[in-house]
Amino acid sequence: MMVLLKNLGKSFGFPRLIILAFLGLLILMMFVLHIPVPLTLSQCLVRIGINLVLALAMVPGIMAGTGMNFALPLGIECGLLAGMISLQYNMKGIGGIFAAMAISIPFSILAGWAYSQLVNRVKGSEMMVSTYIGFSMVALMCIGWLVLPFSNASIVWPIGDGLRTTITLEEWYDRALNQLFAFRIFGVDIPVGLILVIGGFCLIVWLFMRSHLGLMMKAAGANPNFARSNGVKVDSMRTIATILSTVLGGIGIIIYAQGFGFYQLYNAPLMMAFPAIAAVLIGGATPSRISIFHVILGTIMFQSMLAIATPVANSLIPEGNLSEVVRTIVSNGIILYALSRMQGGKRS
Amino acid sequence: MDTLLHFKNIKKSFSGNVVLDGVDFKIQPGQIVALAGENGAGKSTLMNILFGMNVIAETGGYEGEIIFEGKSVKVQSPLDAMELGIGMVHQEFMLLPGFTVARNIKLNRENLIPSLISRITPKSYQMLDNPQIIKEAAGALGRLGMEINPEVTVDKLPVGHMQFVEIAREIDKSNLKLLVLDEPTAVLTESEAERFLKCIRKVADAGIAVIFISHRLDEVIQLADSVVILRDGQMVFDEKTENTDKHQIAELMVGRKLEAESLMNVNRSFEEDIILEIKHLRVNMPGERSRDVSLKVRRGEILGIGGLAGHGKTSISNGIFGMYPARGSVHYKGRPLSFGKIGEALNQGMAFVSEDRKGVGLLLNESIALNMVYTDMKVNRRFLKKYGFFSQFDKKSAREVVEQMIQELDIRCTGPDQIVGRLSGGNQQKVCMARALITKPELLFVSEPTRGIDIGAKQLLLNYLVKINKEQGITIVVTSSELNELRTICDRIAIIGSGVVQGILAPDAPNVDFALLMSGEKGGNT
Repeated sequence: MMVLLKNLGKSFGFPRLIILAFLGLLILMMFVLHIPVPLTLSQCLVRIGINLVLALAMVPGIMAGTGMNFALPLGIECGLLAGMISLQYNMKGIGGIFAAMAISIPFSILAGWAYSQLVNRVKGSEMMVSTYIGFSMVALMCIGWLVLPFSNASIVWPIGDGLRTTITLEEWYDRALNQLFAFRIFGVDIPVGLILVIGGFCLIVWLFMRSHLGLMMKAAGANPNFARSNGVKVDSMRTIATILSTVLGGIGIIIYAQGFGFYQLYNAPLMMAFPAIAAVLIGGATPSRISIFHVILGTIMFQSMLAIATPVANSLIPEGNLSEVVRTIVSNGIILYALSRMQGGKRS
Repeated sequence: MDTLLHFKNIKKSFSGNVVLDGVDFKIQPGQIVALAGENGAGKSTLMNILFGMNVIAETGGYEGEIIFEGKSVKVQSPLDAMELGIGMVHQEFMLLPGFTVARNIKLNRENLIPSLISRITPKSYQMLDNPQIIKEAAGALGRLGMEINPEVTVDKLPVGHMQFVEIAREIDKSNLKLLVLDEPTAVLTESEAERFLKCIRKVADAGIAVIFISHRLDEVIQLADSVVILRDGQMVFDEKTENTDKHQIAELMVGRKLEAESLMNVNRSFEEDIILEIKHLRVNMPGERSRDVSLKVRRGEILGIGGLAGHGKTSISNGIFGMYPARGSVHYKGRPLSFGKIGEALNQGMAFVSEDRKGVGLLLNESIALNMVYTDMKVNRRFLKKYGFFSQFDKKSAREVVEQMIQELDIRCTGPDQIVGRLSGGNQQKVCMARALITKPELLFVSEPTRGIDIGAKQLLLNYLVKINKEQGITIVVTSSELNELRTICDRIAIIGSGVVQGILAPDAPNVDFALLMSGEKGGNT
């Protein structure tokens, strides 16, 4: 029995087993505490959907060997900027969402390219540098949100200058993707439109990983010398990967915002890289190896755990925000665990 | 005179591979023994045994006995060796650049004076007695006949002087009885080397025995009292220096029996159809710099590039494939090759099997199939299904080619999907070779094709190189440290020494010619 457990732990990964056990416990508690199951499950699905593309943004960086993209807030800011533009010009419904995505791409490419120039100069410590790039960009854009010439009365402060901290999307495209083709089964809402869109993005990234460019990128990440000896320009691969990751971050935040119902500006994106990173790490990715399966499994496990933990924690201790504390401990703990297992960019 | 050190029938093997077989010689106090031999002859293994390095114990210890001052000793660690009075000066400098010469010489043996705190705490809190340190360091340097200011920091010294500091450090140890010098003159200029040898003589005259490892035969003859030659782990020579000469030593170093029939490509004739012309190539590859290499490769031949480690032979192919910065000119089929551009040589129809199998040659976590087709996919865009400007890896077509290669090269694996990192060294090397061959190159560079692989795989790879050369007309440039391997398969062998081509020989040229070229005796300007 112990041997069986050990083998299972080896093949599936010990941290994943712990998370699964914790998830099981939470589901059990959900029944014990009489928390409405269909409602919680619906929330699970939405959370998984809106977070998946952000987690997907980790894929190109890891493939090209730049590690986890802690500078995800950079892409997120680009997405937010595009989102603001879409609101400014009153783009509504599904079309508005896709328009926002399209607008975000040039911004992301530009920002990603500039950032990649830095990444290529700090080989070996990309993850630490990128963390601070993310933080600095958020700070910079705090000024940006104040001074950019947005004028739509629904998104700027009624008095004074600048955009509001939180902008509800009801007027534009609140949950537009979630509700597209949505249906209810056993009381659980299935957000078909959202699933289709994120499925599409997963497919695109999966196809990319198997394409010529993707395979070149993978070699550049796995063994830069091998790549060089085969005529692959390692720095260009890293540049492309960084741009792709930033683009996915920008698109990711728009999907996140429409499902969440709000755009949150100013300091909100500060920590948004962390849940995405924690998710792929739980899924079994390492800073040097990742697959789409890791991303999907990890996001499902991590987000459903958070979605279920919130009502459970709230009914156990009604006052205070224990759920937020649990979320912080779990996501940062997972990141710490995974990073401690790697040495100098390589996993031990 | 009493014998200071006696290596008594030393045997050592690494996982079945015999590297030392019955080495047995003696050293007297004040005697200088030169230890000569090709790379891989077992010199460093012998020294590792003497110094009790970890690698020896980890790989199962050694057989035989070391007798030091009449007592059988088992040296467990370099610290033991130091306590016995054995010191070593390495080829690379082991000095702290920011410390003064004096502090380097007295490192960890500093003269101390008690401080206020150290009276109640352990000794580590005592203070350095700087004037005394400087005085003793100056004394040690003086005994070598060197005038170096002991208060200068080491990074400000000329490179040549650093070697003297290392020696001074060793002779300052009051119990020093035996000093081992591992190619100490490799980094010195000629005049410095001259001075250095005098200085070693002085050390020996003071009654300290010296083991001197060098590839420079002139120095050996000039300095050593006796010469010990190792070849393939066996001691083939132990004689007083006055009874021998340079040529005999050179011959003995490389002289394995070489039957005429084992030379495959003697006297093949070629037209002067030059496929690759290298002019004044200078490659800045750390540890293997080449300074000025000019070579012509004829279409259809197998050209060997040999030479001792560290003299720049492997840098040639690495330079042409853009792995390290290089200058000079390379013409491929009469057209200049912009070798600084990554992948340019590949695009022109050359291929490269790197000497660094794990570091450069393979994606260790990927499948055999992907490893094999990778270069061809990158360079010629094969094994891809194309959809407009989007492409997908075509596993099926790759599989066919890969399975054929696995069969042809007899790669022992579970199938094309096995992860390359799990294969043995020989099979990994075959995968590297297959990767280069799948691109159907006209000119193939192979570096150290048989390093670290078993005999069976070795033979198969060498035969395979000859086969593809004859059947497919692929021109091959083989770089190898194993001279005999080159002589077996090559039409011509260029010997690189000190970063330049020392000469080009036929495979059936006498041993002594190879040895002399390798030690830079002909035209070498070190």
